[in-house]
Amino acid sequence: MTDGTEHELILKVENLTVDIPVAAGMLHPVQAVSFEVRRGETLCIVGESGCGKSLTSLSIMNLLPSTAIRTATHLALDGEELQNVSENRMADIRGDKMAMIFQEPMTSLNPSYTIGNQLEEALLRHRKVSKSEARDRAVYLLEKVGITAARSRLTQYPHQLSGGLRQRVMIAMALMCGPEMIIADEPTTALDVTIQAQILHLLADLQKEFNMGMILITHDLGVVSRIADRVAVMYAGQVVETGTAKQVFENPTHPYTQGLLECIPIPGKTERGAHLGSIPGIVPSLVGDLPGCHFADRCRYAADRCRTGEITLRDSFDPGHVYRCVLQPDECAAHLKKGAA
Amino acid sequence: MAETDKDGQDIVLEARDVTRTFMISAGFLRGKRPLHAVNGVNLKVPRGEVLGLVGESGCGKSTMAKMLLGLLPPSSGELFVDNVPTSRMERLEMARKVQPIFQDPYSSLNPRKTIGDIIALPVRVQGNADETALRRQVEEIMELVGLPRRLYRNYPNQLSGGQRQRVAVARALINKPEVVICDEPTSALDVSVQSQILNLLQDLRAELNLTYIVISHNLAVVEHMATRVAVMYLGRLVEVAETDRLFENPQHPYTKALLDSVLTPDPNLGVPDSSLGVTYPNPVDPPSGCTFHPRCADCMDHCSQSAPRTIATETGYVECHLYDDNQGRGRAAS
Amino acid sequence: MAPQESTPIAQPAGLPTAEEIMEPSPMAQMRKRVFGHYGIIIGGSTLLLIVLVAIFAPLLAPFDPILDQDLADKLKPPFWHDSPKYDPAHPLGTDLQGRDYLTRLMYGAQISLLIGFSAMLISLVIGTTLGVAAGYFGGRVDIIITFIITTRLSMPVVLVALAVVSLIGSSLWIVIGVLGLLIWDQFAVVMRSATMQIRNLDYVAAARACGCSTFHIVAKEIMPNVVNHLIVVATLEMAHAILLEAALSFLGLGVQPPTPSWGLMISEAKGMMFFDAWLIGIPGAALFALILSINLLGDGVRDVTAPENRN
Repeated sequence: MTDGTEHELILKVENLTVDIPVAAGMLHPVQAVSFEVRRGETLCIVGESGCGKSLTSLSIMNLLPSTAIRTATHLALDGEELQNVSENRMADIRGDKMAMIFQEPMTSLNPSYTIGNQLEEALLRHRKVSKSEARDRAVYLLEKVGITAARSRLTQYPHQLSGGLRQRVMIAMALMCGPEMIIADEPTTALDVTIQAQILHLLADLQKEFNMGMILITHDLGVVSRIADRVAVMYAGQVVETGTAKQVFENPTHPYTQGLLECIPIPGKTERGAHLGSIPGIVPSLVGDLPGCHFADRCRYAADRCRTGEITLRDSFDPGHVYRCVLQPDECAAHLKKGAA
Repeated sequence: MAETDKDGQDIVLEARDVTRTFMISAGFLRGKRPLHAVNGVNLKVPRGEVLGLVGESGCGKSTMAKMLLGLLPPSSGELFVDNVPTSRMERLEMARKVQPIFQDPYSSLNPRKTIGDIIALPVRVQGNADETALRRQVEEIMELVGLPRRLYRNYPNQLSGGQRQRVAVARALINKPEVVICDEPTSALDVSVQSQILNLLQDLRAELNLTYIVISHNLAVVEHMATRVAVMYLGRLVEVAETDRLFENPQHPYTKALLDSVLTPDPNLGVPDSSLGVTYPNPVDPPSGCTFHPRCADCMDHCSQSAPRTIATETGYVECHLYDDNQGRGRAAS
Repeated sequence: MAPQESTPIAQPAGLPTAEEIMEPSPMAQMRKRVFGHYGIIIGGSTLLLIVLVAIFAPLLAPFDPILDQDLADKLKPPFWHDSPKYDPAHPLGTDLQGRDYLTRLMYGAQISLLIGFSAMLISLVIGTTLGVAAGYFGGRVDIIITFIITTRLSMPVVLVALAVVSLIGSSLWIVIGVLGLLIWDQFAVVMRSATMQIRNLDYVAAARACGCSTFHIVAKEIMPNVVNHLIVVATLEMAHAILLEAALSFLGLGVQPPTPSWGLMISEAKGMMFFDAWLIGIPGAALFALILSINLLGDGVRDVTAPENRN
């Protein structure tokens, strides 16, 4: 939580844009996305499929498909500008200072090597350490991520582990070099609810313990509300609202955020069997230029002024809480109250 | 046609001691071992109810769904639809009464068929197809589920995920079935589309007097949809209760653990630390006694020795030694 | 609801817009991809040309392939040989018996295509039946059929064909039958795995839950989705059969003289290889062009139908 003490800035992203040439023209899946992550802070990027959240994370890691064009005014990790570094330097950074955890633990571990092999390799690749030191660190981290009998697990192969265990191994692997920044892309989507809670708990604990910055990408608003310090809501390539978790969940200002929160059933809050809120329509195509507000076609408050020019981010009630809409914050809130009544 | 049982309820679907066993090869030259995917399930679903079936992956809920659809015969026990044992039902008769809605609207529609053909299939199979009447019937059901009529000649790849799921709903409902098995009906969909499909399912239930079995790992969806909830663990129903009772006062320790792990959007709460151990047991080699005992927070000495009896509760039953007065050792009060 | 599809701006707020992604239908997409694929266009048009020539050989050919022989006219060179022996009546020259080479080439195409197509058709029926049965039913059926496939794969095709033909004699129909019974393995293997993948999809489960018969599921739900694999294997196996026929005829155990077959033409000319290389070169080139065009077409079909190519 933001407790007033200034944490050290670890990742600064400013106007990150990704363009991909496709048959129909130029696709703009990520458009001028800006955010900052500090040590010990978790930023959740939340949005529906196709909003650009995964491409945002891949572009930070420079793992975009080769045809994609990435531009930014700033993309700095711990003060080092990442935009023009060589691929070799980037490969050094990946897995060392900045590590990634993917959604599907089954496919992100190599089935023909043992867990121990893959964990040690992650460290040996980046550090001059002996094999036994690497092994010790692997055991230490496997225990940290809650795997019992860690030393004997080292000789096991990925297929011998359950999905939850594999995801724990993935987390341990991401932590091998003691990264400053962790990017987790839907780390719990493929897991059961009970395991999901455990893995999230673990991630939150480890992140505080090692004082890392973390970006968590998810579509699950429940996960976001529980784990995030700051939230960035993405829609159609743009960040439409950012703020602390409290600000965004207790005072959602952008109509899209409001709509999303009305869509999910909440035990004890939504009336059983009653109609849930819904957002009509579909995400617009991001090929070519899209003037005005991207959400306008699905927005209940849309007016003519929403369809022209560029809608910029503006301050909501509290400092640090911004949203992308032509409406005043109190207008949005009034709409929300009316909707709830 | 509706016979009522002795409590005056109209039971549309019933499972009596249903078991399904698969023979799993244990390894090269090691022979086969039985896996009890579903192990002695008893269940009664009154007409018009929505039964939520929840549990972790591998607990047997998909096998249960296949049996309820008649795609897989039970190894032992008997299923009844409208008080008729399914083993004595014709395939077409079964198909008229029970229909599925699957999780992934991308794999549940044949990409080479038009929307009209997909929705009309259940009627055509029944054999009484007058093409003009059928066309009208398809268009009516399309309207009912909110699909524009002009999509009749389109192919699934031309539709969005939400529209595809509406096609699946239309196909399931065109023959006016009595029971619809919804296997994770919304978990492949985006949040904003999910709510539309849930709303649609609610509306249709009221309009067509349907009975739903909603299989989901998303307890928030189950809470929203279901009138009764059955919790499944390693092939057995460990707790069945009305939704309100289950969510307000869960009895079985496993139900409690499941409910604890639901993440409602509330920024004031942290991530709960689930009390369940790491591993879901291997179903080929289930733990002795109560199969849940290795992960149970309230485990007692005799839990690992004897399987718990089925104990009736106010609105259902629970299988746990904590509530067994004969064996209870003073802890049942908690 | 008014059916008019005006600009989205005119949509009043709050009304659900039709949530649509209007892509072209699968057929329209296919048509577009087919006509944008060089392999299909080149291979397809070459194959079409050969097929047309074969069908209309009696009308196009200047002579009779068997009866019009004149030993006085033997071994006339083709038109690119600047030789005084060249006779404009025989643009591709004549063979050892003085038969017109162009005529024999045209009629040879008939034989090659007939054998290739018929043998492929027989193997398609056998292989697809076995493969779909194994993939759809699984379990014991699969074990037995997989064993049959393995048995078939362990037999060397040319050797078995030679042995059978030398035992029971040789004719056009025997060659077709023997080849058809020998080269179904690819069909079976590919159909088995394709069927396996599709039978686990939910739309097959949905059809079963509708009460569809097994026959309906295989014919209406599975076959339309594996037919693209079938076309690819069919083209490759047709090329395979044509080559095998040429090999058998070359060895003297295929089509018997005087029937004009490209393999036989190569075989008959092998004694003249160092003196009149064109005798081998012309049927060889024809064979090469036919096989290449079929393979180009097959590869093209795979390219335009493979799901991983769809982006």
